[in-house]
Amino acid sequence: MEHDDRFQNVTVVGAAGKMGSGILLLTALEMADQRLKPENTDKYYILYALDVSQKALSGLMGYVRSQVLKAAEKKTVQLRKIYSHRRDLIENSEIIDQYINDVMSIIRPVTTISSAYESDLVFEAASENPELKVRILSDIDRNNPNKPWFFTNTSSIPISYLEKEAGIEGRVLGVHFYNPPAVQKLVEVIKSDKTLPELADFASKFIKNLRKIEVPSNDFAGFIGNGHFMRDAIHGMNVAVKLTSEVSFPEAVYMVNKVSQDFLIRPMGIFQLIDYVGIDVCQYIMKVMHPYVKDEDIHSPLLDKYLELGVKGGQNSDGSQKDGFLKYEKGRISGVYDPDRKEYVPVNELAAVCDTLLGEPPASVVPWKIAVANPKKDEFFKAYFKDMINMDTKGALMAKAYLLRSKEIGEKLVSDKVAFSEKDVNTVLLTGFFHAYGPINNYLTQED
Amino acid sequence: MIAGYNTISMGTGRKEFNPKKERPGLEEYMKEAGQAVLGQIGGAANVDECVVGNFIASRFNKQANLAGFFPYIDEGLRYKPAIRVEGACGTGALALVTGIRSILAETADVALVVGVEVQNTVKAIYGADILAAAGWFKERKDGHAYFFPGKFSDRAGAYFEKFGRDKTRRAMARWYRNAIENARLCPTAQEFTNRVEDLEALGMTEPNPKSFVDNLNVYDCSKVSDGASAIAIVSEEGLRRCGWKKEDAIEVMGFGQAENDITAAPANLTVLDTTRAALGKAFQQAGINREQLATVECHDCFTIAGILAIEALGFAKHGEGPDFVLAGNTSRTGVIPVNTTGGLIGWGHPTGATGVHQAVTIWEQLTGRAGNAQIEIHAGKPFGLTINMGGDDKTLVCIVYKKG
Repeated sequence: MEHDDRFQNVTVVGAAGKMGSGILLLTALEMADQRLKPENTDKYYILYALDVSQKALSGLMGYVRSQVLKAAEKKTVQLRKIYSHRRDLIENSEIIDQYINDVMSIIRPVTTISSAYESDLVFEAASENPELKVRILSDIDRNNPNKPWFFTNTSSIPISYLEKEAGIEGRVLGVHFYNPPAVQKLVEVIKSDKTLPELADFASKFIKNLRKIEVPSNDFAGFIGNGHFMRDAIHGMNVAVKLTSEVSFPEAVYMVNKVSQDFLIRPMGIFQLIDYVGIDVCQYIMKVMHPYVKDEDIHSPLLDKYLELGVKGGQNSDGSQKDGFLKYEKGRISGVYDPDRKEYVPVNELAAVCDTLLGEPPASVVPWKIAVANPKKDEFFKAYFKDMINMDTKGALMAKAYLLRSKEIGEKLVSDKVAFSEKDVNTVLLTGFFHAYGPINNYLTQED
Repeated sequence: MIAGYNTISMGTGRKEFNPKKERPGLEEYMKEAGQAVLGQIGGAANVDECVVGNFIASRFNKQANLAGFFPYIDEGLRYKPAIRVEGACGTGALALVTGIRSILAETADVALVVGVEVQNTVKAIYGADILAAAGWFKERKDGHAYFFPGKFSDRAGAYFEKFGRDKTRRAMARWYRNAIENARLCPTAQEFTNRVEDLEALGMTEPNPKSFVDNLNVYDCSKVSDGASAIAIVSEEGLRRCGWKKEDAIEVMGFGQAENDITAAPANLTVLDTTRAALGKAFQQAGINREQLATVECHDCFTIAGILAIEALGFAKHGEGPDFVLAGNTSRTGVIPVNTTGGLIGWGHPTGATGVHQAVTIWEQLTGRAGNAQIEIHAGKPFGLTINMGGDDKTLVCIVYKKG
């Protein structure tokens, strides 16, 4: 079966979810591109958007349409060539409309899993629950006569576990998109020992067509992305807990978040990132990773505590941020949760004291947005962290410890053979987490 | 001509521009520019006739019958004759010659001319559809997504092939630099606050045919702009009526109009032959030659169009326009200062207003009103020239001016 043919009947499971909707969109665009090739005009292309919620599915269709419009507006130059034979489509607007219709006509929103029984390719993007994923994969495979291929978007569950439990040896590949898939460039690809090479080749071509960056990871729980993120998060939470000998808990959270964002020049502070991913999701990922990591305790009592208190983070269906460790108003941090008082302390009540305690970052500091756009980023960060080396303000000391821990985590991913190279670790953090510099660097050990 | 006025050229580049927020419409721009002129000439009572130049509000703004906005500018204009004219990007100067002809025909002593366009109502990819109307619609299907950039990209490609890509691209980058440096001196310019240090390096950005056209980058292109310009065209009687002195006015010494077949491909992609024809007429009527020009406002809708216009003017031989530009001759201190407030690339290109904006700039320069953008005007070279072009060298108006 050729690349184009495998794309003729596809199902995305969990299509209305945060990750599923993006994967559905990207798959729909790829399938439409295949369908619009002159040699494929007489073929049918079907993409089942499978989800349990009718309501979510109708929201999904609106989302996909708006995103296809954006994609079409960006590639109108190519679309005019693709539709050059359609003499009735003259203006850009007519061509864009036709393309949207062509993409949307491929998608079938469905709530019954039996639709997937005729697909040749199944993208699984259900929630990060090993039992649920196994149940879905094995059910589809038992009832599908085509020996379908399965791409799973798991961010932490070993592929070998899924293939063994679901009885789909060789036909499953980890294809881990980052949130939101339509925007994020990174795709982690994970093979088990048995995964057929054709699956990886197919995925590579697909990822390349989407103009995304493929980074291979070994089949080890958490892979590279969460392998780094979870440990980084645990470090941040530990530092905050330790700080409570000096300051209140909300103050500690504020300070660690500030250091990990402003001092380290990252797109988000660590607590904001945990909220973004979801406290529940982070806990779930740690649970999945825990049994596989022998020399470290991948677990956070703090996350357990927050979830018991009903504080979950994550995002609303419109993409806005739910409150978690931090409270958000119009996308800005406005408060910090106090688990003892069970309420948010306004940021302006604690910022002044905490900022004084932390002191200033090096004078050369710039916001992440500016740093990431700097064409000479490496030189900038070398100079910036060099300025930090001899500083002994609380903020600088915390930042340096954080940076070293992040590097240590990265190096361990390589020595544990989760990542194939240091470069892969850096690429994941640069492209999947939008960091402006890779964690494996020598910024703090530079000589004069 | 007297009492010129330009609104800000609004669009990307201006700090106050936010595509997501509601912005002034056609009527607000017309009102701002129109009232500013009326305020300088003693009010609407002094006006005999009104002309508005607008390319295609019918699509950008779903609005036609723009002459009806004159009484909205000022109640005193009610029941006065008014007309709207159109000639794509050459609209503004067509509006001017419409007014000039009324003065010459002695049917008016004071004509109020406004040019206006509001283009940021749609994204650029749809704006390209609308602006394509400046060409022949039957060519649209096989044209580029960005139709007009595609046309001038083809001209640039032909020029590269004939005379060398390297020097031409460098000259285009220099053109861009001159435009932005001049725009930085004019507060109404769209690129007024541009702070890029190495403009020529930016201008040398390699074109990306996948997302845009083969031979041009976005810096080679004029801006997508909202704006209006207005000026009063007066007879000697009109001048007195409005209470203006001759030396504060500019006199139209001659104008040349030329039209070419919109359905015909250019005979030679590396030559603007219609521009050349219109220039010949304007120089002949004015009885001057190019050596007597103090400054030129030329229609640099694309950098390559600017270079071709320099050749059409005869400042450089065919194929040597890039060398002329690279030698600094078109900069504000060069042999012939061109587009002293940034032109279409630096100041902006509210299509239907551009021709009027050019006249206002010449009026400011020749009467010493150009502020920080003022150039020196020598007694031996007292003339100003505008070149306004509609479509791909199809609808041309060139006007020669001198201080009154």
